[in-house]
This record gives sequence, structure tokens and C-alpha cells, in this order.
Amino acid sequence: MPKDHGIGASPKRREDARFLTGAGQYTDDINIHNQAYVHFLRSDVAHGKITNIDTTEAAEMPGVVRIFTGADFEGIGGLPCGWEITDKNGDPMKEPAHPVLAQGKVRHVGDPIAAVVADSLEEARNAAEAIVVDIEDLPAVVNMKAALTSDSALVHDDLSDNLCYDWQFGSDTEVVEKAFSEAAHVTTLELVNNRLIANPMEPRVAVGDYARANDESTLYTTSQNPHVIRLLMGAFVLGIPEHKLRVVAPDVGGGFGTKIFHYAEEAFCTFAARQINRAVKWTSTRSEAFMSDAHGRDHVTKIELALDADNNFTALRTDTYANMGAYLSTFSTSVPTWLHGTLMAGNYRTPAVQVNVKAVFTNTVPVDAYRGAGRPEATYSLERVIDKAARELGVDPIKLRRQNFITQFPYATPVAVEYDTGDYVATMDKMEELMDLGNFDARRKESEAKGKLRGLGINCFIEACGIAPSNLVGQLGARAGLYDAATVRVNATGSISVMVGAHSHGQGHETVFPQVVAEMLGIDDSLIDIVHGDTSKIPFGMGTYGSRSLAVCGSAMVRATEKIINKAKKIAAHLLEASEADIELKDGQFSVAGTDKSVAWGDVTLAAYVPHNYPLEDIEPGLEETAFYDPANFTYPAGAYACEVELDPETGEVKIEKFVSSDDFGNVINPMIVEGQVHGGIAQGIGQALLENASYDENGQLLSASYMDYAMPRADDLPMMANYVVDHSCQTPCTHNPLGVKGCGEAGAIGSPPTVVNAVIDALHSGGHKVEHIDMPVTPSRVWAAMQA
Amino acid sequence: MAEVTMKVNGKSVTKSVKGNTLMTEFLRDELRLTGTHVGCDTSQCGACTIHVNGKQVKACTMFAGECDGAEIGTIEGQAAPDGTLNAIQAAFKEYHGLQCGFCTPGMVMAASSLLKDNPKPTEAEVRHHLEGNICRCTGYHNIVRAILAASGQDVPAVAAE
Repeated sequence: MPKDHGIGASPKRREDARFLTGAGQYTDDINIHNQAYVHFLRSDVAHGKITNIDTTEAAEMPGVVRIFTGADFEGIGGLPCGWEITDKNGDPMKEPAHPVLAQGKVRHVGDPIAAVVADSLEEARNAAEAIVVDIEDLPAVVNMKAALTSDSALVHDDLSDNLCYDWQFGSDTEVVEKAFSEAAHVTTLELVNNRLIANPMEPRVAVGDYARANDESTLYTTSQNPHVIRLLMGAFVLGIPEHKLRVVAPDVGGGFGTKIFHYAEEAFCTFAARQINRAVKWTSTRSEAFMSDAHGRDHVTKIELALDADNNFTALRTDTYANMGAYLSTFSTSVPTWLHGTLMAGNYRTPAVQVNVKAVFTNTVPVDAYRGAGRPEATYSLERVIDKAARELGVDPIKLRRQNFITQFPYATPVAVEYDTGDYVATMDKMEELMDLGNFDARRKESEAKGKLRGLGINCFIEACGIAPSNLVGQLGARAGLYDAATVRVNATGSISVMVGAHSHGQGHETVFPQVVAEMLGIDDSLIDIVHGDTSKIPFGMGTYGSRSLAVCGSAMVRATEKIINKAKKIAAHLLEASEADIELKDGQFSVAGTDKSVAWGDVTLAAYVPHNYPLEDIEPGLEETAFYDPANFTYPAGAYACEVELDPETGEVKIEKFVSSDDFGNVINPMIVEGQVHGGIAQGIGQALLENASYDENGQLLSASYMDYAMPRADDLPMMANYVVDHSCQTPCTHNPLGVKGCGEAGAIGSPPTVVNAVIDALHSGGHKVEHIDMPVTPSRVWAAMQA
Repeated sequence: MAEVTMKVNGKSVTKSVKGNTLMTEFLRDELRLTGTHVGCDTSQCGACTIHVNGKQVKACTMFAGECDGAEIGTIEGQAAPDGTLNAIQAAFKEYHGLQCGFCTPGMVMAASSLLKDNPKPTEAEVRHHLEGNICRCTGYHNIVRAILAASGQDVPAVAAE
């Protein structure tokens, strides 16, 4: 009988009542009395010199309050980058300025040039059309390799070239070269990890408000991490101290990484509200989102795998070009480096691994973390080259992987991380069982009888989640700590508010976090509410990304609850006239061990706030505790995925017929929510593999700039229920956090793209087409072209 | 400006609107019914799906003036006055058919329209009907299950068909 409450149960979500009745409060639902509206005039060319901006006529248009241009932001800080990468030569990365509004040059289509603030949005838009901007076109830098040639135009004139950094990591060059020279077989693959756009269904919104009477600013924003925005915007951009700046991220309609970063529009609305002493609201249209939300992925990689005569992996080397776009978004620089290079060993014992990454400036929208952030890129390169090696060597791709699995833990990789725990054999076994691989040949024959080609794709992955130990990331260049915080406030009647630094934008924290506290205290979870998303209500927090909420903030919550229990036991001991050491807490009752004497949770909490009979000489009244938790290591979720595709050789169309994920997330608090997270991740991974592509032409025009051009996965693009299983029954608990959890938010998006592409290549080979690789998205036209080649 | 009168969730409302006021703007800004969401500007995402005279419509595709005299249904009118969820809403909750909640009102309104016309849909019919509603969180799996359950069918049995 499954549990119906506490850890391991799947209570229905308490968030749902408001979302299902239209009562959610998203940022665009917030309106401040007398607010003004801003419309941004954005560049429609990728690269150009601004020679003139004339706002005279526009300023006279009806309803216009004020028009801002880059000149209004001179002397004000630009948008900061949160992670400094050191070049392999020891030099710091190049870090160009990122002004709130363009100054002197525009550097990508969508770069904001001017901002019109007016009484209504319509008036702001109309006035923006009357602004005259003269731009002298410059050659657009789009292709990364061309960007690094000596005759390329410069995205930033004050830099010597378009190279942000050239990073090398892992095993020494001599060691790797020796392994390759001694290899019995080397497999090489060149591939593209396609540029994606996160596309949370809620576009970004910012409402800046200002109270001149007490000089306080408030920003309502669609953020995954309101405290991070307060710190970045307050300290680095606008110079507003924390105690005069409140950042609120209410209900947020999905993030997937793209709502981590501090954006120009947030800084603008906060700044402009102070200037005009009136609230300023911006609501992104979807068209603006395509050209102003940070994009994801966009790597071009060459990967080489060396094997000995027994098919053991002996060395791995990668050479990647990573697109930064026109400016450095908040965590952009860490994605192709520390979030990518450290995962390059995958699930395997490869003794020598070297990762080389050139980060490149181009005249495109900035690129930053998107669901998985670096780990999907690492997994894709590695698992595609392993699949190719298996084919070249004529060995079973499952057997080749199994033979090279890491089986002893902890395991220190050649790329600096130590996996604390895992069982890759178990997840592979489970995947094989659920896929019913014994009947694959029969299914292939059935497909062939219909004139279709059936392919099987296998993939393993590991990720580093629960970011991250602050001292470690500090050494690696992070300009922030990556702990989290929670305050458990017990009220006099025994109800509890838990203020958490994590932010829920679909993950169901309001349901899951109380399950943990309720289990620890033995009380009903209806007594417990979670408070998040408002810097004025919660102590601090680094927010939600990198599958970190439960592993890091949940751990802080456990620590704070442990403090509550310790203090409550002291109070109970006093009430029961017993020794504190003899007090036991079970099912919400404090009892004296070995006796029938007890007091209830509510008796203790009331005593804490009405301390008439209370050990005032020993402890303070009240019952509220805060804990900050800094993780000792990353967590390492891992899994084995498989899918079967049916490929129509007449059209090149690929359909996913069967999909299985076998994940190890460590302990699971709410299985229903974990499965939902995996479903969503897999849909995004399948989207990357088959459908999605952010495409620029040679002039830097974004061709896929609406839902008519950017193919979002729809319900009938995804596997049917009967042949789709997400499993998380293999559980090796994390050894270093109190809940033993690893994180589940990104696994699906990391594990699925290579699974799908491996299956497509297998299908083609089954039909006699010796196709070694097709870049994502594997569209019918690309498949068709590969078949004809 | 022109005066429009319509019945929204059973209640008659009369307002002066501009000719270019979209139904999304009318509902969200004039009536403060903010459950109808705007997720795109090309009528692709379906987050603004409402009912106009019983038919499923993307509110961003109609002007308020075009709805003069119409009966409008929005997400705010789906639950009972005491907050009890209707069968579709309850199934979305039971089957975890929503995460961030932003596409959810449109999904519920689209599902309601489907089940009105096709009370016992197949899985493929549900998926086809959701062609105009994008969800980025759930991968649709649990939305499909929720809609099939709301139709009174046994979900595993439908899946096996």
C-alpha cells in the first residue's frame, strides 16, 4: 500500500486549485495604480552602428511620458556576467559591456535601442514608430568558425577578436595524445547541438514600482530566483541597496533556465519607475521573447573516442565551439565549461578525458542555460560517438556501454568531479526489461511489413545537479555562492510557514516541501504552507535551476526543522518535568521515553509564544529557525534511456513508437511530481531531437521567430501512452544531503536527444543506408537528404 | 468606442470598447478575468482558449465587438460557485495534468469543448484535438490521461486500444 502522506507519497498538488480556476497570480496579472507602460524599440538588423536617434516627434505623441535611449544609461552599470572563466593561457575571459539600452552599436536583432514610456501600451507602441533611428549596417557575425578568422568583423570593437575564451580542461595533452596513438580503434564524430529557445508558455514580464516617500523600489518579475535578481540588479546595475529593493516573482509560468538571468527589461522598469515616480510595466510579446529571451545550446563539436583492442575506452577528446551570442548573459560562460566539461566522462571509466571549448561572440541573441545546461551537450556528444564506435566495431551498443561502466563508488573522474553513488548496471537492466528488447526483432519485422524502418536507440547519461559547493564554484570562477536557505516559522497554534529560497514555477514545491516537514514533525501537512518568491518575505535564496531545489533548499529546510525539533524538545522537557534527553517526538506528540507522559505539538508551540510555564532562563520564547545549507558535492542523477522509432523511407518522417526512461534520482519525495518532471524533460528532448531549431540566416536574421516557424512539440508529436514508461525505481540515495535526493528536473531533456538520434541512425542502417550522423533536429527533409546521399 | 453587451460566465456585462480591443484584452483588462492567458501573438499557443456561444475559440482571434450579444465562457466560470472543480478540472488535478499552470485554462477549455462534441474520444483523438494548445511543462502525457479520465473512460484500457 503506497503511503498517502509524507515522504514517498503522491498527494495531489495544492497549487492546482488556483491554476485550474484562473485564480493564479502571474506577473502580468499584477497592475499598479496609475502604472505606465513601456514598449522597447528593438533593432531589426543584426549588427550596425547607431549614427542618430531622433525622438523629437515621438516625444510629442499622445500619452508619451518619457523616451529613454542608451544615453540615459551612461554611467549606470551594465548587465553583469556571474561567472568568470579563465582562458587556457591563464588570462581572464573577455567580458564586454552589456548596456541596458544599446550604446553606439546594435549587436543582435532584438537589441533594445529605445524605450517609450506612455500612459497606455498602444500609445507607447505608436510613439515608438515615430522614433527615427539611423543605423549604418555592419557585416553580421553569425558563423562561429568564421567569427574567429582574422578578417571577421568584431562584435565588440574594444576587443581584439570575437573569442571570449579558449578553455581546456581535464587530462594533460601528452597523456591524451599517447592514449590516442596507442589506440586499437579511434572513432571521430562532428556534430551540432542545435540552438534552442526555452519558450516557457508565460512570456517574460516586469513591473517596476517606486515609493518616493521612503525611497523603496519594487520589481515584480517572471524570475526563477528573485534574490539573485535583487543582488545583480541592485548591486551591479542600478546601485540600489538590498534593503531599499524588493523583488517579487509571483506565480511564474515556466522557466526552464531562461528566467534565471537578469535582463535589461527588469533593470529598465525599475530604473524608469524611479525616474518618473510611477510604476512602469512591460509585458513581452512572444515575438519579442524569441529575440530577447536567452537562447540555449548552440555547440559545434568534434569528439574523438579511443578504444583498446578489447573495446575498453582509453581516451576521449572534444573540441567545441560554443556560441555566446552578442553579450554575456548571467551564467552563459559557465554552461559550455564547468556544466559541460565536468560531465564529459559520462558513466564510463575512460581514464583520460580532455575538453576544449572556444566560446565565441556572434551577432545573435545571448545564449545561456536551458534545461540541462551543458549536460545535454556533453551527453549528446559522448553517447553519439559511443554509438558510432559500436557500429564501427560491430559490437552491441548496450554491451559496449556496460563493459565500460563505472561500477565502484565513489568515483573520481579525470574531469574533476567525484560521483558519490550510482548503479548504472541497475538502470540499464531496468531499461532493458521495460523495453522488452527480446521482442524487438519481431517489432522490426512488423514495421518492415508496413514498408517502414524500425530503429532502436540506447543512451546512458549522468548529470551534476544540486549546484553547488560554494567554495568549489568560487575557485572555478563563480561570482556567487550556491547554497540555499529556509526559515521554518512555527506559529503559536502550531501551524507553520516555511520561507524557502527556492522558487516554484511548475515544480510543485508548495506540495512537496510540506511533505518533508510533516514527516519530520509527525503532523498533518495541511498545517504547513510554503512561502517563496518575495525577497521581503524570505530570508535569502539562490533560487531554482540545475535540479537543485530539493537537494539544496530542501536540505536547508531539513536543517531548520531539526533546529525546531531540538528547541521544541527543550520546551516539552520543561512542560513534562523530564530530562530533554528522554523526550521523543512521534506523530506530533512529545513523550517521555518509557512513560505514558506526553504533550502535543500544539501544547509546545503555544508555550513557546505564551511562555507562562517556560524555561525562560535557558531559551528564548518563540519558535522560528533559519538554516543556510551549502552542499558538500554535486548530486549525480543518472539513467538509461531507450526508444524505438519508425521511419518512413518514402518521406523521411520519424515517429517515436516506444520510449522508456530508467532513472536513478536517489530518494523520491513525491513520485507523481517526479514522473511529471521527466515527462516534460523528455518532451523537450524529443523536441530538440526532431523538431526545434533556432535558425539564423547569414545576415543574422532570426528565421524561426514565432510559433509558425519554431516547431514546438505538440501532443501528437510524442509517444502514445501504451508504449511510454518513465521509471525511477532504481534508487541509490545521495550520500551527502540529508534527504538522499539527487534532482529530477533536467534528466529527461539530457537523456532523450541522443536516444532518439541513435534510434534514427539504427533505423537507417537496418534499411541499408550507411548514414553515420544527422544533425538535430532530425527533420524529414534531413533524413530524406541523408538517405539520398 | 462602441458599447458591447455580452454574457460572461452567465453574468451580463456592458462596456464601451475600442474597435481594435481583442477579446483577450477585454477579458483581462476590462473585466479583470486574468485566467485567460496570452502566450503568443500568432494565435498558435491556445493559452487564451475560451468558449463563444459554446464553441472553442482563441480569444486573441476575436475583437470584443464581434462578441456583442454572445455567451462567453472562461476558466473562471468552470468550477461551481463554492469552488468545487468540474470533472475536467478535477481530472487535471488527479492526473497531474498541469505544472506551471499557464497553459492550463486553455487546455481545460479545449478539453471541455472536445468532450462536448466527442464524449468518448480515443487517445489519438485527444492528441489531435490539442493541436492548437501548446504546453511546455507536462509533455502532454498527463493532460491526455486527465482528459480521457474526465470522459469517464478507463485510462489504461484506452491506452491499450
